[in-house]
Amino acid sequence: MAEPTTDTGTFEELTLPLLARLYNLARWLTQDAVEAEELVQESCMKALRGFGSYRQGTNFSAWIYRIMRNTFLTSRAGLKHTTISLDDEESDVPEPATVGTPETALLASFDQQAIQGALEELPLHFREIILLCDVEEMSYQAISDALGIPIGTVMSRLSRARRAMRAQLAGMPNSPRPRSASR
Amino acid sequence: MNCDWIRQRMDAYVDNELPEAEAAEFEAHMRSCAACANAALEQTRLKLATRTAGQRFTPPAEFLQRMEQNLRPQSAKPSWRLLRWPVALPVAMAAALLLAVLLIANFQHRRAAYAELADLHVTTLASANPVDVISEDRHTVKPWFAGRIPFTFDLPELKDTGFELSGGRVVYLQHSPGAQLLYTLRKHRLSVFIFQDGQAWPGMMTGASSELSFHMESWSHSGLRYVIVGDVSDADIHSLAELLRKVARQ
Ligand SMILES: [Zn+2]
Repeated sequence: MAEPTTDTGTFEELTLPLLARLYNLARWLTQDAVEAEELVQESCMKALRGFGSYRQGTNFSAWIYRIMRNTFLTSRAGLKHTTISLDDEESDVPEPATVGTPETALLASFDQQAIQGALEELPLHFREIILLCDVEEMSYQAISDALGIPIGTVMSRLSRARRAMRAQLAGMPNSPRPRSASR
Repeated sequence: MNCDWIRQRMDAYVDNELPEAEAAEFEAHMRSCAACANAALEQTRLKLATRTAGQRFTPPAEFLQRMEQNLRPQSAKPSWRLLRWPVALPVAMAAALLLAVLLIANFQHRRAAYAELADLHVTTLASANPVDVISEDRHTVKPWFAGRIPFTFDLPELKDTGFELSGGRVVYLQHSPGAQLLYTLRKHRLSVFIFQDGQAWPGMMTGASSELSFHMESWSHSGLRYVIVGDVSDADIHSLAELLRKVARQ
């Protein structure tokens, strides 16, 4: 599933094909259409200015996503997330999931709107790692590069994020709530 | 291996991140333990459902257009981008590119969409990494596009046809994402472009075109626009087109 990291090219060659995906991620981060456009635009400008620091051949989407999330987290909208994102997860060893927990009884087919609703409810750092892993299909190494955290933390955060998502899904009625439908 | 060992590696297994030896043990356990096999199946389903659900937001066309202009200020004459390519290009190839630039510039005048595809084809040939998914196997290439473009397509079996698949990549044409598949025939390379057919295609027509050094054939099927571009004969292009049309009809 990990794509070969053979990204080389000019800035525009690398960035243009990613715009739609960056926008999607930006919408999930900001949860606002206008802010998402501004975020992508500002991030691309920053990335262009800093393109000299990109090492050709490494994972470009991880590199540019890192710029985008830093841009977001230091923006006014992002600042309110940083306090909840910087939790003490590094000291929190995830307990092994045991067989027969209610989570694994969730074999029903997954409803798309329920998943979108659950993602919206997750804290930012859980939402983004699930998006990078499951939607962007980044490898753990690429996620580690994008988020600037060790691979061990990628794994523990991902495991916690998925448990939180299952908890959301389990506790959620199947019908979409008005809030998620209006977005 | 007990079930706890398995559950601790469930994420890594489903994310395809387990070392080979551990993945083998993991799978061996699943063959004898229905509970763990179910858990893995369920988690895979959730991952796939999340992949679809997470691709939720599409950028407005004006936004993409603005961004493309920002990133590519010279987009008014895209052909000249060819001139900025690596100095290390072999001389013959550079000459061929120059010729292509002139031909494309002329061509573009008449058929903007075809010209852009020819440009994309030439760009691909000159690139050090022409494709993003490198595979001769259509069963690898087709699923790679899932989630990257908003439609699916089928690729033909090539046995005994002389054509070989080298891989594919996502391309943008007039702001719509599409697939570019690279094929070879007797060392010549051909691009097959597949896009959603629609209003984004002014001047796009069905039929073959061979006015220039590139030969092309284009058709529409089930809402998809196919264009083949290559420096082989019309007949060769037509036979690849037939293969694609046949598999699309199945
Ligand atoms: Zn078991």
